[in-house]
Amino acid sequence: MSQDPQPLAHEPPLALRRDQEKRLAHAWKAPEKWRYWSAVNNSVVGVWYTAASFIFFHFGGLLALLMRAQLAFPNGGLLSADRYNQVFTLHGSVMMFLFAVPIFEAISIMLMPQMLGARDLPFPRLSAYGFWAFVIGGVFVCGSIFFNAAPTGGWFMYPPLTTRYSEGIGADIWLLGLSFIEVAAIAAAVELIVGVLKTRPPGMRINLMPLYSWYILVVGAMILFAFPPLIAGDVLFELERMLDWPFFDPARGGDPLLWQHLFWIFGHPEVYIIFLPSVALVAMIIPTFSRTPIRGYGWVVLAAVGTGFISFGLWVHHMFTTGLPGVSIGLFSAASQAVAIPTGVQIFCFIATLLAGRVVRSTPLLWIFGGIATFVLGGLTGVMVAMAPFDFQAHDTYFIVGHLHYVLIGGAVFPIAAGIYYFFPIVNGKKLSDKLGRISFWLALIGFHVTFFPMHLTGLRGLPRRVFTYPEGLGFDALNLVSSVGAFILAAGFAVLAWDVIRPNKETSPRNPWKAGTLEWLTEMPGRSWGVRSIPEIDSRYPLWDQPNFLRDVDQGRFYLPDAEELRRETIITSTIDSKPIQCLRVPGPSFLPMIAALFTGGVFILSTFHLWWPAAISGVLGLGTVLVWLWTGTAEIPEKDAKDVGLGLTLPLYASGPASVGWWAMFITMLADMTAFVSLVFGYFFYWTIHEDFPPHPSPGPGVFWPVLALVLMLLSWGLTLLAKRWNRADRGGLFHAGLAAAVLLAIGGGAALIAGPKVTGLDPVSHVYPAIVWVLVIWTAIHVAVGVIMQAYCIARRAAGRMSARHDIDIANVVLYWHFMAITAVITVGVIAGFPLVSR
Amino acid sequence: MIETQAKPVKREGEGKQLFLLTVSPLIWAAHLLLSYITAAVWCEKFVSPDGSLATVRTAIVIYTVIGFGATLLVAWIGWRMDRLDAAAPRHDRDSARSRHGFLGFATLLLSGMSAVAILYQAMVVIFIRSCD
Repeated sequence: MSQDPQPLAHEPPLALRRDQEKRLAHAWKAPEKWRYWSAVNNSVVGVWYTAASFIFFHFGGLLALLMRAQLAFPNGGLLSADRYNQVFTLHGSVMMFLFAVPIFEAISIMLMPQMLGARDLPFPRLSAYGFWAFVIGGVFVCGSIFFNAAPTGGWFMYPPLTTRYSEGIGADIWLLGLSFIEVAAIAAAVELIVGVLKTRPPGMRINLMPLYSWYILVVGAMILFAFPPLIAGDVLFELERMLDWPFFDPARGGDPLLWQHLFWIFGHPEVYIIFLPSVALVAMIIPTFSRTPIRGYGWVVLAAVGTGFISFGLWVHHMFTTGLPGVSIGLFSAASQAVAIPTGVQIFCFIATLLAGRVVRSTPLLWIFGGIATFVLGGLTGVMVAMAPFDFQAHDTYFIVGHLHYVLIGGAVFPIAAGIYYFFPIVNGKKLSDKLGRISFWLALIGFHVTFFPMHLTGLRGLPRRVFTYPEGLGFDALNLVSSVGAFILAAGFAVLAWDVIRPNKETSPRNPWKAGTLEWLTEMPGRSWGVRSIPEIDSRYPLWDQPNFLRDVDQGRFYLPDAEELRRETIITSTIDSKPIQCLRVPGPSFLPMIAALFTGGVFILSTFHLWWPAAISGVLGLGTVLVWLWTGTAEIPEKDAKDVGLGLTLPLYASGPASVGWWAMFITMLADMTAFVSLVFGYFFYWTIHEDFPPHPSPGPGVFWPVLALVLMLLSWGLTLLAKRWNRADRGGLFHAGLAAAVLLAIGGGAALIAGPKVTGLDPVSHVYPAIVWVLVIWTAIHVAVGVIMQAYCIARRAAGRMSARHDIDIANVVLYWHFMAITAVITVGVIAGFPLVSR
Repeated sequence: MIETQAKPVKREGEGKQLFLLTVSPLIWAAHLLLSYITAAVWCEKFVSPDGSLATVRTAIVIYTVIGFGATLLVAWIGWRMDRLDAAAPRHDRDSARSRHGFLGFATLLLSGMSAVAILYQAMVVIFIRSCD
């Protein structure tokens, strides 16, 4: 058994506890009046994030009602064809990018620190930045429809429809607006992964984590590998639309199928990125109302991790009708069947838990039952369309529309509704109405099935999706009318839910109203800004059920960090697997910098849409400046003392660098995402190689061997000097450090210039053919990374000169070295591909 | 202080087991990608679209034997980790043993799933005989 430290045996004196609470309240106080919007605390930003996601959800829902009104009768005249195209494109894009993904980030940012007994996530300002980026991008994309300028190409934007046959800036709004939101999603993924791995309470080993954290860990990792291919695709797409580089134009060697690959390598995992966090909510709620621990914890972890992996092997099933070889179709059909295994396993675990416990009836459970039943039906039609011969028939019909809404609404939206009812007391200390909850549930469930079940039949009868109307007498009329009636019933259900959330309600919920066993229910009603009163030592998966006097000990501050002596915001960082405390982390407080940084970075994307290049560039420079100020003033702060007593006889360091620090992990995770985007571009190069006889062309028109190899040598030298600079800093040899890093800056600039010289000197024209275009893309990608690397090197020079970095306090240079490791890999691959591959492919 | 009991670091050390969880699914992914790329490159570069697929099918059989065997090996490693503590194979305790057993068990399960998924993919060899 464990030999963990025990909570203080005696109650701390009341006067001391009052003083501690005063100090904690001061440290964690949310800003007031107009400064309220500078808040970064997870409990505040999480609520904003959730509210914004729901506003977008209702906007997307209204668009859906417009469509159903248009399709209720044959030859409907409510919307023109073009307006209808805007409406369905925006409906899909809003629901996927502005609701389904952000809502999971929102709920996680709001609840995860509570579930982990942490005071906050490690990068609260990053969460705030992600939120502002999301709101700015979302309003931009949604607002376009009011100017009749919304995208019309469907939520997957297939070229050549969207490159050659779409006028206006709709497609650009989609590409740039959503790229910006993808950046926000990656920011949230970094925050949540580091949060799960490093901010668990002492003793919460990886086998004791709440299942929610397992799912979020998996989903965070999935975002890192799923979103970057889409960002890479967006880069190619936007270069084609703005500069006429022919990536998807067959006349000049491009291929529209490359977009489909990149989109669906993102798009299929995306479905599971939406689904898994909702299952995670189910995995938290079911044990509570079964009054028993989850059955098959290890099996649920299998399901989460297994689904996460297999979901990446399914993307081609969206492309069964594009004429791929039968063997490719067979492989992906097999993988599509296989994903049913882990998906089914978790549902059996939930059923087993319900059977093993004594089930307490409740509104959240009702939503979950409705959700699981609906999802299983959608899963079964999913297995049907995973079979290629059936898919050939059902592709692009309303059968698919029915299928995808069954899985997404059953698998994601209903569990989220359950989560709202379940977790609402944590947010503002009040319970939602059970009566309204039941009304809302039955309206939504009935409305849902009345809407979407008939769509399977209209689809099988041959109604294609995305048509703005249909002639009468083809057998679609009655089915469509039924669907439209159902849509309004469904909407009424969500309207009741929305009313329940916003209606005035003075009744405060009792503490832990559902008698749950997990840490988030430690919260007082209403919650306090500091989160947990003291950070507990964990021995069980359900500490509130299993650990004696747990609530009392936490409340009386008998565990870790019951105080904020220096009036700073602090939380405990623990080791990844066994959750041993390793650092007392000071997290930053309120600041407008994340909002300003989001405004300026958003400006780059938004102004580019309108081809306002100079304002976009200025906005970019201001954004960079803001980020640098943010980093300079708010990160890697050297503490006034080395270590601090956090209670129970434990003293923890206040500063950590390298792999022991959270910042190093954030850099590592971010660079994994960055590397994935880069690999996607390289995939593009080899994709063209497989489809063309003469790719790369022979004799090679460029970029030759000399310039790229010179560039590689210079970049690798810069990398080596950066490594040495870190050592010289450790050895406190300031002169060598500065000289070495300054030389590294010059070498890197030279390397970037030499790299660009390759295609420039050989006269590769990116508009003429896809070969020069893809070479230029790889070169520019690498050159931009060199530029970022140079800024980082210069930043470290300045930090040490300013006394903000020292031999012992070297977070900055440690992270920059990590960046340069990835930079070196990028450089080697780029040069290997553009200079080496033309030589070996002859 | 924190738990500092003498423990066999090699067997229960930190870090490596979380990585072990991902090994079998990565083998599955490698099997899928290799099979897919082999087929795509073969059908695009080496034979006409209605040509024979014999070479690709042989390759997929080889990938399958290797991949399936490797997942079984990882499964065995996971099983051994779980069985270290045969007297009380519980995974919900706050102890290094329990955590070790849990990670072994999860590795075993993920290996099983990956092995099945690899066999699913190998079935194309039976059903598909040409590039078309």
